[in-house]
Amino acid sequence: MAQTDALNAHSHVAHHFVDAEQQFDSAKMGMWVFLVTEILFFGGLFVAYIVYRAWNPELFTLAATQLDTVMGGINTLVLIGSSLTMALAIRFAQKDDITNSIRMLALTILAAVIFMVIKYFEYTHKFHIGIFPGENYTFTGIDHPKAHIFFSIYYMMTGLHGIHVVIGIGLIGWLILKARQGAYGSHYYTPIEITGLYWHLVDIIWIFLFPLLYLID
Amino acid sequence: MANQVNLREFPVEEHPQTHYLNHEKGLKSWLLTIDHKRIGLMYLASIVFFFFVGGLLALALRMELWEPARNFMDADTYNRIFTLHGAVMIFLFIIPSIPAALGNIFLPVMIGAKDVAFPRLNLASFYIYGFGALFTLYSMAHGGIDTGWTFYTPYSTTTGSAVISMTFGVFVMGFSSILTGVNFIVTIHKMRAPGLVWGKLPLFIWSLYATAIIQVLATPVLAITLLLLIMERTLGIGIFDPALGGDPVLYQHFFWFYSHPAVYIMIVPAFGIISELIATFSRKTIFGYWAIALSSLAIAFIGFLVWGHHMFTSGQSELSTIVFSFLTFFVGIPTGIKILNWVATMYKGSIWMQSPMLYAIMFLFLFTIGGITGIMLGALSVDIHLHDTYYVVAHFHYVMMGGTVFAFLGGLHYWWPKFTGKMFNELQAKIAAVILFVGFNMTFLPQFVMGSQGMPRRYYNYVEQFQTLHQYSTVGSWVLGAGFLIIFWYLLQSLRKGEAAPSNPWGGRSLEWMTSSPMPAHNFEHVPVVKHGPYDYHQPIADFRLGVDSPNAH
Repeated sequence: MAQTDALNAHSHVAHHFVDAEQQFDSAKMGMWVFLVTEILFFGGLFVAYIVYRAWNPELFTLAATQLDTVMGGINTLVLIGSSLTMALAIRFAQKDDITNSIRMLALTILAAVIFMVIKYFEYTHKFHIGIFPGENYTFTGIDHPKAHIFFSIYYMMTGLHGIHVVIGIGLIGWLILKARQGAYGSHYYTPIEITGLYWHLVDIIWIFLFPLLYLID
Repeated sequence: MANQVNLREFPVEEHPQTHYLNHEKGLKSWLLTIDHKRIGLMYLASIVFFFFVGGLLALALRMELWEPARNFMDADTYNRIFTLHGAVMIFLFIIPSIPAALGNIFLPVMIGAKDVAFPRLNLASFYIYGFGALFTLYSMAHGGIDTGWTFYTPYSTTTGSAVISMTFGVFVMGFSSILTGVNFIVTIHKMRAPGLVWGKLPLFIWSLYATAIIQVLATPVLAITLLLLIMERTLGIGIFDPALGGDPVLYQHFFWFYSHPAVYIMIVPAFGIISELIATFSRKTIFGYWAIALSSLAIAFIGFLVWGHHMFTSGQSELSTIVFSFLTFFVGIPTGIKILNWVATMYKGSIWMQSPMLYAIMFLFLFTIGGITGIMLGALSVDIHLHDTYYVVAHFHYVMMGGTVFAFLGGLHYWWPKFTGKMFNELQAKIAAVILFVGFNMTFLPQFVMGSQGMPRRYYNYVEQFQTLHQYSTVGSWVLGAGFLIIFWYLLQSLRKGEAAPSNPWGGRSLEWMTSSPMPAHNFEHVPVVKHGPYDYHQPIADFRLGVDSPNAH
């Protein structure tokens, strides 16, 4: 085994793959299938949203006024920008420009952190006026018996999305560490590519959440 | 890759000295292994343990039902025990049983790969399963849960029992199931041996493929449902609880959108095993290869469209009940296609009645009864009468136990010599199979009768007219228990002093029989090349042992 491994120029190919191409294709396909599961995971919440909006259309237009469109809009731009930097990080890795690739990954993390900070201000403002999820809801500004359900859905959707952003920050941070050790280049950039796929999904989910929650009236 | 490929026959090494079980030793070589065969064995040990736990709970339930009212446990304990029986058997035993244990061991071998596409992820799924199982055990230790395995709201959001730890455990185990599904899909797409085109895939692999698709598409919905349920209980988010403005029927829709496809996660891999058994022991090319392969996918697809048949009495609209009823009948078509093709395969075959084949034939009987009673339940007017009675219990056990468990046992006996390298005692195996068959029918046939006469399921107490039938059922459960103990006993004996197994004891043609028993650490010492289909018994066996020397092999 040791001899054949030494003969194998690309030592990152795991023992059970025939070549790097098979490994790359497998990893990419695995991530795509995983993203399908993510869509179905969020899909449940989208269904809950659709059902409650169909039953209480007036509630959704009323309650959406409590959401800060400017902050949500800024966050949308920030996330779309981070998708660009993520794509550029892959491109730079393919061209063996690891310094710039790391720079782009760092910018992506920066954008993700800005997103979370803005989210933090949005949440704390709501908590301040009594818009809590579920039974702790005390806000009186919306005259509708089911107002708390809108915000339950809001917190579930944005909260779960926020958790995905945090996981993304962790993954990209790990990519930067590995990239600094010289793990990636044109011969091997699979982790950057598939983390990029994940990051774009997180972005796309937000692009659906933003109009559905903030822009209705 | 070299341009010149030397294709030659590779003789199989009989009774190898080193194999996947002993090439590395010590606890660490098991707990940190990324070998799919060892991970599969660890799954196998876990599910056997949980089957034992779930079985003991079932025996306790049957004991309590010996006479009406209290025998030896109170009603609250009874509620907790039937819930645990359901939750343990479904989430800890039957969902991982065939795919994660037997599938893990044999999927890569049967497609000529060295491992699954993501071996580390495979190990991670095992530990995620174990982590989830810990939560359910914790829930049991803290008083258990009395909602039934379906966790229906609003009861599950208000009852005092340990709902959160149980549902969180199931939530966690869902991810194990999802990751196994992802792994299998990619493995089947990307890791097949040269020459193994889709049309030559063993039907067990096709069934695992269909199962993996359901796992990947359905399980995330269960995850979000349970997350919402947990949030409902902790924060009162008001989506499912009518007291807070929510809708409990919405919970049922969410739950069954997963849990109906989930019954196909449980049964479709069993179909795959039956296809292998019937072809091997009939010595005949399988009848209707494509019909069987594609009907698995058809079941996977239609299975997503029938969840409403669990809710005929929950107050959904008449139109939707009619549509769901029609689609439920529709599932009968691909299922019937399978049954008829299996029977057609046996027709004029030279049937060799070894214990795995015995299980396959028992499966045909039991599953057909289970399937046809399922059609009865799908009929709207009949279901109003039979809903929530023992008829449903009997139907479910005929498909899940008579179907999946019998197929699982068939597969276990079929592949036992391959993955342990030991033969079991055939006579004892046959006797145990017959005992199981008798015990099974004794336990569950009376339940059809009771159910059609109106005995509601999950009841602690019952009117005296049902006592005789309940007692038949309870005695049957003892016979079943005895049968399982015998199986456990002689399989252990075979491990201790069983005769060494040849590489191909049943004369199969698929790739797992073209390597040693037990398999080498990397499954094959060469790259296998596939020329014929896995059921081409008319081709010379040498043609099935082709391979190329590979620089990656030893």
